[in-house]
Amino acid sequence: MTAILEATGLSAYYGPVRALYEVDFRIETGGVTALLGANGAGKTTTLRAVCNMVRRSGTTKLNGQDISRLATEDIVRLGVAHVPEGRGTFTGLTVEENLKLAFHVRRDRAAANRDLDLVFTYFPRLKERVRQQAGTLSGGEQQMLAISRALMLGPKLMLLDEPSFGLAPLVVQEIFRILRSINENEHVSMLIVEQNAALALELADHVYLLETGRVVTSGPSAMVQNDEALRRAYLGY
Amino acid sequence: MELLLQQIASGLTSGAIYACVALGLVMIYVSTDHINFAQGEMAMFSTYIAWALIQAGVSYWVAFGATMVIAFAGGLLIQRFILKPLEHAPVLALVVCFIALLSIFNSMAGVIWSFTVKQFPSPFPKGDLTGAGLVSYHQIGVVGVTVVMLGLLTCFFRFTTLGLAMRAAAQNASSARLMGVRVSWMLALGWGMAAAIGAVAGMLVAPIVFLDPNMMTGILTYGFAAALVGGIGNPGGAVIGGFVVGVLENLVGTYIIGNELKLSFALVIIVGVLLLKPAGLFGRVNVKRV
Repeated sequence: MTAILEATGLSAYYGPVRALYEVDFRIETGGVTALLGANGAGKTTTLRAVCNMVRRSGTTKLNGQDISRLATEDIVRLGVAHVPEGRGTFTGLTVEENLKLAFHVRRDRAAANRDLDLVFTYFPRLKERVRQQAGTLSGGEQQMLAISRALMLGPKLMLLDEPSFGLAPLVVQEIFRILRSINENEHVSMLIVEQNAALALELADHVYLLETGRVVTSGPSAMVQNDEALRRAYLGY
Repeated sequence: MELLLQQIASGLTSGAIYACVALGLVMIYVSTDHINFAQGEMAMFSTYIAWALIQAGVSYWVAFGATMVIAFAGGLLIQRFILKPLEHAPVLALVVCFIALLSIFNSMAGVIWSFTVKQFPSPFPKGDLTGAGLVSYHQIGVVGVTVVMLGLLTCFFRFTTLGLAMRAAAQNASSARLMGVRVSWMLALGWGMAAAIGAVAGMLVAPIVFLDPNMMTGILTYGFAAALVGGIGNPGGAVIGGFVVGVLENLVGTYIIGNELKLSFALVIIVGVLLLKPAGLFGRVNVKRV
C-alpha cells in the first residue's frame, strides 16, 4: 500500500512548551486513520503540525513530496483539507459564500461547480440555507458546513478535528455516515481525531494511540477494538 | 434659504471627500483591525505625484489613473515591507509606526515639492449648474466620483471571489488559510486599495483647499468622524457618515459656532459617537450562535 501522508520525527511546540515528541505515522491512500487519546495527548496539535499551523520540526510528505516547509495555504492547495477544531465558520458570510470561497483557489471552475452540487447532495440541509448567515446555523449544520468547505477544495486528504464535538448523537451518526460515503465514493483519504473512540474505531481502518505527545501504539482498528486492556487503559470503555 | 442650500451643497462636497478618506480607513480597519493614522498624508503625497505628472505635461485623467496605480503599489509595499515584519508586534508599536509614516510623508512632500501652496486643477468644467453660485460642476463631480467608487468597491467585495477571499481573511484569518487564501497578501491588497482610494480623495479635495503638505490634516479628522459615525467596519456606513459629517459641519459652522471652530466639531462628533454609540449608526452586530 502507498502512503498519502507520511510523518517522521514530527515534533511541535507552543512557545517554549513541547507538545509532540518525534511522532511517526503514515496514512494509507484511500484509507481512514484515527488518532485517539485523552485530552492534551497532542491529537489536535498533530493535525496542526501537518498543516504547519504551529512551530514544528520533522518531516511530512504528501504523496512522497516534502511539505514540511510549505505555508499552510500552499499545503491546502496541494489537496490537504483541514476541518479545524471549532469548525472555523465564517460567521458573517452566508452559507453560499462560505462554500464559494473555495472558488478563489480552484482553477477548474466547472469541477468546482460540480463539487458544489456534490456538497448539496451530501448535505441537502445546507442547500435550504444557502442565503443564511453562517453564524446563525446550528452546531451540527456548522459542522456540515465545515466538512463541505473542505470538500469544495477537491481534496485528496481530509484532516478532521473532532467532527462529533458538542453535537447530538443522532447528528453525529448522520455526519459519520456521510464521512464514510465521502471516503468511499470520492476516494478522499482521512485522518480523523476523536474523543469518541468507539465511533472513530468504526469509521477508521487504522489507529494511532497518543499519550502526552507520543505514539503509544498503532495498528488496525480491529486490533484495538479487541484489546480490552488497551481500550480500558487509554480509551475509557 | 439660498445660504442654507449653498451650505448643504458644499457640505455634500466635503462630505464626499470625508467619505473617501473614511473608506480608506475602513478598508484597512476591516482587514487588519488597525487605524491608519497616515491615511491622510499618504493621500496628500499621492496628490503631489499627480500634480508632478500634470506639470510634466501628462493629461489629467491619465495622471489620475497613474496616480491611483502608484498609490496602490505604494500601499502594497508599505504593508509588505513595514507592517508585515511587525505582524506580532504590540498595538502600541503599530501606532508609533503609523505616526512615523505620517510625519515621514509630510516632511518628504515638503522636501521634494516645498511647503508653498500650489494650485491643483479640477477635471470638471468651471461654473455651476444653477448659475447662481449654488452648486458647482466640481462639487457634482466629487460626489459622483465618490458614489461610483463606492459602487465599484461594493461590487468587488460582493461579486468577485477575490473580494470574497479578502472578506474571509479579515473575518477569520486562520480559517481562511485553511481554505487556501494567502492572508498576508490579502492584507497587502487591502492596503493598496486604501491608498488608491485615499489618492482619489486627495485629488478631489486639492482643487478646493489647494495643495500643500498639510492639506489633509483636518480632513483626516473629519474622515475619522465619518468612519465612526458610519460604524468603523462598514464601507457603506462610512460613505453615509461622510455626507452626514460634511453637511452637519457646514451647517453648525455657519449658523452656530462659526467657521473657526468647525474642526473641534469633528472632535465632538468623535467623542460623542465613542461615548454614546460606539458601533456607529450602521455598525452591524453579527448574530452568532454559541
